Amino acid sequence: MGPLIPNGIISFEWSSIIAIVIGIFFGFILEASGFSSSRKLAGVFYGYDFAVLKVFFTAAIVSLIGLLYMDYLGYVDMSSLYVHPTYLWGAIIGGVIMGIGFVAGGFCPGTSLSAVAIGKIDAIANVIGIMVGIFIFSELYTFFEPIYNGYFQGNITLVDSLGINPYWFVFVLTVFAVIMFAVSDMIRKRVKKVFY
Amino acid sequence: MDYKEQNRHVYWNPYFGGFLLGILIIFTFYITGRGLGASGAMKSGVVTIVDDVSHEHAEQSAYYSKFIRGDKSPMNNWIVFETIGVLIGAFISGGLAGRIGWRVQHSPKITRRRRLIFAFSGGILFGIGAQIARGCTSGAALSGMAVLSTGGFITMLAIFGTGYLFAYFFRKNWI
Repeated sequence: MGPLIPNGIISFEWSSIIAIVIGIFFGFILEASGFSSSRKLAGVFYGYDFAVLKVFFTAAIVSLIGLLYMDYLGYVDMSSLYVHPTYLWGAIIGGVIMGIGFVAGGFCPGTSLSAVAIGKIDAIANVIGIMVGIFIFSELYTFFEPIYNGYFQGNITLVDSLGINPYWFVFVLTVFAVIMFAVSDMIRKRVKKVFY
Repeated sequence: MDYKEQNRHVYWNPYFGGFLLGILIIFTFYITGRGLGASGAMKSGVVTIVDDVSHEHAEQSAYYSKFIRGDKSPMNNWIVFETIGVLIGAFISGGLAGRIGWRVQHSPKITRRRRLIFAFSGGILFGIGAQIARGCTSGAALSGMAVLSTGGFITMLAIFGTGYLFAYFFRKNWI
């Protein structure tokens, strides 16, 4: 029964090696999907390339459905998985700042790392910027602390906060994503092509 | 036109890439009990640099001190190893497709210098935002969504929603 390392089925010493292997696949998928190109990534905001939307939502839905199935079949105990904690205003304000950073810089941390690996100099500037940003946050931590630690609601899921059935939610989310993919294709046909 | 030039922009079908990424997330949760991440490694990098420059300052700071544990280096961390893997994996993919090379990618309408300035300042914002939200697009939004985390969904909506709201102001950089 998973997760394997926390349950001691794979010994803890393996975790660094597994981390590198998982990272290799992660990096390969990001680069091969075109996420090492800031102009391809930014296309999602201007309608000339929706790869970000398609890759991101396909991945989210595949992983959601897969984990729910594995939980149902008893391969993994979903309640023992790490749920990203919810700090309401931290999630909103942090997300807003990241959104501006995304459309200004054209990368997010994972994608800029994959672009650094193939020699994009703008990605190197982006990674240095991210590190400077983290440095600024850390130095001004006392200023950010109320948002960072405040409005904590626990490691909650949408099942807790909305009281919905997870299976129905994933079904609705999947239908919504398919509609969104179809609409994005229609938008892309109307938008002026951008070559990069 | 040689084969390499032709293939530079041929990427995977996005649904195929997304499917594989979803499988990888399932696998990661199944093995380790947690999701993928990216900005965490950069935080470890910053903590290590600050700790090396001034150990006293790092220990007194309320934020850095969270990540310094005795003799263990902050770089000895799951996410740092994962990030090393990301660099290797992206290098392999780029190498196989002939996309490796030093270049600044930017719209022909803007200068190289302008692109670098925006990439750098966008990075600063992303770095600050990723700390406030405790994760970036990978760690908070994508891995959060995989386990239905409320915070993950909120962060995802905030990132993309704001991206669309502010896209107009940055349009000259991209289109």
